[in-house]
Amino acid sequence: MKSLAIDTSNQILTVSLGDDDQIMGSHLLAIKKNHSLSLMPTVDQLMKECGVTPQELGQIVIAKGPGSYTGLRIGVTTAKTLAWTLGIELTAVSSLAVLAGNVTDFPGYIVPIFNARRKNVYTGIYQWRENQLVNVAEDRHTSLADWLQKLKKETEKIIFVGEDCAFFATEFQHLPANIKVCEDSVRNTINGLTLLNLAKQTKKIDKIKEFIPNYLKLVEAEEKWLESHESLEKKYVKKI
Amino acid sequence: MKFFTKPRKLILAIESSCDETSVAVIEDQTKILSNIVASQIDSHKRFGGVVPEVASRHHVEEILLCMEEALEEANILTEELSAVAVTYGPGLVGALLIGISAAKAFAWANQLPLIPVNHMAGHIQAANFVRPLEFPLIALLVSGGHTELVYMKENGSYQIIGQTRDDAAGEAYDKVGRVLGLSYPSGKEIDELAVKGKDTFNFPRAMLREDNFDFSFSGLKSSFINTVHNAEQRAETLVKEDLATSFQASVIDVLVGKTIRACQTYPVKQLVVAGGVAANKGLRERIQQEVTEKLTEVTVVIPPVALCGDNAAMIGSAAFVECEKEVIADLTLNAVPNLSFEAI
Repeated sequence: MKSLAIDTSNQILTVSLGDDDQIMGSHLLAIKKNHSLSLMPTVDQLMKECGVTPQELGQIVIAKGPGSYTGLRIGVTTAKTLAWTLGIELTAVSSLAVLAGNVTDFPGYIVPIFNARRKNVYTGIYQWRENQLVNVAEDRHTSLADWLQKLKKETEKIIFVGEDCAFFATEFQHLPANIKVCEDSVRNTINGLTLLNLAKQTKKIDKIKEFIPNYLKLVEAEEKWLESHESLEKKYVKKI
Repeated sequence: MKFFTKPRKLILAIESSCDETSVAVIEDQTKILSNIVASQIDSHKRFGGVVPEVASRHHVEEILLCMEEALEEANILTEELSAVAVTYGPGLVGALLIGISAAKAFAWANQLPLIPVNHMAGHIQAANFVRPLEFPLIALLVSGGHTELVYMKENGSYQIIGQTRDDAAGEAYDKVGRVLGLSYPSGKEIDELAVKGKDTFNFPRAMLREDNFDFSFSGLKSSFINTVHNAEQRAETLVKEDLATSFQASVIDVLVGKTIRACQTYPVKQLVVAGGVAANKGLRERIQQEVTEKLTEVTVVIPPVALCGDNAAMIGSAAFVECEKEVIADLTLNAVPNLSFEAI
């Protein structure tokens, strides 16, 4: 089965194409570009280079977040529209898992880090166990200080991964001996091949049309509104 | 390139520029086979106005549900379509990107041409659903984000001859509505209150006598707010209906006055009134009446109320015009939040 994998959840844009265990091709754009502008032309170019038509695809793989809200929406909207209109599978992988999955040679806890601004991070804990990337602690939005406090209580070996770790050089000073920061730029970079690989161990999405990104955070206006209102599981959108 | 090589001329149109996700299937420019509109208004009411991030999130939730429903209701298969049209501006960038992303993916997957449509052209082309447009024409475009007079020498040519220098008319309605304690959006409620009151406050008619086709509504808004606040300080209660009538009378006097003058200046056959505020009954009646009295050669065309607000049917109608001009976008199509017509 031919799979097209897309990750636009952060600054990096990756588009990769695989056929079962064969990697057919991959494009990675790491410098700041506009995902809306680049995504579909990149998809089109890669598919043409590999001689694959849209109708030959069997699966779309998407990094579902967390990450930049706009980037996530461009990727998810594109991916689910492709899967829906082509009548093929949609598989969604955590964007943090894609980063953690790069660190295949570390036996302990892999802790991917995305900068969520104002000293907050998107993060979680992952570990490779028998060739499966296991989610040990679920993805979350948290203050880095709280997260560090929690991790410092762990006795397991821990590695932070991600290019955003560089933002937090100060916070990452004086870590206990069992915690280190990955300094290998290859592992720190989101990689479409890891995404393709992780899709193989991930269940497909049942409700493609309804699929939304995993933002991990409410909109600020909604957070404020909820402070003074009860959360009604109400449908806010209606057909008119 | 030849767009229409299939037995039927069908366009799938997508609109997501603000707080409505809409998808339509249009045949032969004027036949609406489906026009699905998912409104987020109840969500944004919580915040007293549209919150862009909330709008974008709702669009992602709704977009494919609307696309599927539009195709199903039209009873059309993807392979019967000739093109996909999408609004690429003006509007909220995050919101526009959802429609654009979906349209690009759909067009690419199905090898269909992608037609970029200016949202404001869509509002004008909604008039096609009433009767064919005749040129030259003038369009008064009034909505929450726009107030402009557009001259169309021929189809597909849009030139701004006048526009608001500050607030849009719809924006003034919403701000005044908040002062009156009405819920967002308040245009409809003010329109209903206005029928019941009298024009007692004599609010300013900004720029009405000036020799141009521009508008200004911020002075009116300030005057309204000051009037209400001063009364509050004196513990006086003002009659809500009279406030609404006086406010609406000022807005309509200026809109209609300038529009009539524009129609007398340019050699027009039709006057189109379009955009969300074109649903206002007071405005619809007054403009019809004044044109009948003062412009015997001009026909007024106003889309039905249901097609005045944002919808994809109008985008589909406008897309047919773009097809004739052979305007086609490639996969780099991006949102242009401040897209605008050229000024004369």
